[in-house]
Amino acid sequence: MEVLLDNLDLYGPGFLNTIKLFALSAVGSLVLGTALAMLRVSPVPVLRAAGTTYVTLFRNTPLTLLFFFFVFAYPLLELVQLSYFQAAVVALTLYTTAFVCEVVRSGINTVPVGQAEAARAVGLTFGQTLATIVLPQATRSVVPPMISTMIALLKNTTIAAGFSVVEAGAIQNYLSERGYSVLVGLLWVALGFVILVIPLTQVQRALERRWKVAR
Amino acid sequence: MSSVLFDVPGPKARVRHNVYAVLGGSAIVALLAFIVFQFAKAGQFDADMWEWIQYEQVQLQLVAALGNTLRAFAAGAVLALLFGAIFAAGRLSDHAIFRVPSTIIVEFFRAVPLVVMIFFFHYGLSLGAPFYSVVIGLTLYNGSVLAEVFRAGILSLPKGQSEAAYAVGMRKSQVMRLVLLPQSLRAMLPAIISQLVVLLKDTALGFLITYEELIREARYLGGIAEFGRPFIPVAIVVGVVYIAMCLALTALAKYLEGRNRRNRKAPTETPKDADEKVLTHEPMG
Repeated sequence: MEVLLDNLDLYGPGFLNTIKLFALSAVGSLVLGTALAMLRVSPVPVLRAAGTTYVTLFRNTPLTLLFFFFVFAYPLLELVQLSYFQAAVVALTLYTTAFVCEVVRSGINTVPVGQAEAARAVGLTFGQTLATIVLPQATRSVVPPMISTMIALLKNTTIAAGFSVVEAGAIQNYLSERGYSVLVGLLWVALGFVILVIPLTQVQRALERRWKVAR
Repeated sequence: MSSVLFDVPGPKARVRHNVYAVLGGSAIVALLAFIVFQFAKAGQFDADMWEWIQYEQVQLQLVAALGNTLRAFAAGAVLALLFGAIFAAGRLSDHAIFRVPSTIIVEFFRAVPLVVMIFFFHYGLSLGAPFYSVVIGLTLYNGSVLAEVFRAGILSLPKGQSEAAYAVGMRKSQVMRLVLLPQSLRAMLPAIISQLVVLLKDTALGFLITYEELIREARYLGGIAEFGRPFIPVAIVVGVVYIAMCLALTALAKYLEGRNRRNRKAPTETPKDADEKVLTHEPMG
């Protein structure tokens, strides 16, 4: 207990940074992922192929390698200089986008074919069909797996600890410097994540139960 | 699928789509060209930047690093499957003594980030060689996820299967071994392999605790001043290796899935159900 209480100045900002990383990359990847999913079902073959390539590339690359790229290789490009924190957000966003895209796309596939057919029959265009008919209905089957993806994102933020971002995963570095037990310190970090994940899981279960009923 | 969302394009729409294709295509090409140009300007594509790969010593080191990655993967995969099987059985048990602890353990290890677990074993418990920490972390995390996959697979079978088996007088272990497992393993195989892809990608976390795997090797090679710090060529090579390995595993999963669908003796699932199954099993590192 005293490991936690004596080092609240580490745990507080650490977890705050974790949550910041999570929130920024979650918003970024949800927006980009949905856009990418729309590309993947669009009538233009070139755009479909581009979406598929992106997903295949980023889904099969370890996140650590993306971090590696943005921290060590990207600065050589001499474009906009990113701080470690910004580099972490970019890496997490690009990685999670591919997964969000897949979730949205399979969600689109769960909407009954008749819905899209009816939309076309009344003369809606592709964009209108997707935005007003299909995506709103896809939401209910998309939310549970989307929350799983977001939980994974939350846990993935800890990789940033290895790339000079001070967040929850990096706390142990400072603990050993200060001479506290790393073992106990890490248990508190683990507990912190359990506490962050539990509400998400509860929301997921509740929504799953509520939306399972009818269609 | 996509044809449901839009009509077969007429002449006007075709022209419009072509315009989109040209615009979108050129935007993508422009972006890629810009990135490549910037790399080239930074001198990352000069011939001497790629010299490192010609040294036999470097090649051997790369192969050794790849071997280390695969070693962690193999050990982690076998142990995680074992862990998953044991805890799935525990969670499915009729006895609360087994069920409750297994549920708590599985839920706990699923909620804790793998990085924190690996740090815990390496820095907290000081297990010595980073290999052990990596493998134990991979086992606990992926084993817990696999336990859930196994459990879901067994629970997804129609109830009539186990009821019929009990009705002809089988014991619990017989029902599981002879009736439920053979049927559900088939359906689970793609999900299991997708999880193994995640496990393979997660071996890269060994980088954080100085396990000598591919990315650690990339970091080392990229930092060598004699080669001109070839970070980008090294990152490209390592990325290609990872993507190739993961795609090979994914191809195996697809092949098994296809074989599965053909052989299915029970009534085949409608595509909609199949999609929903994919939805719930979509794993991410």
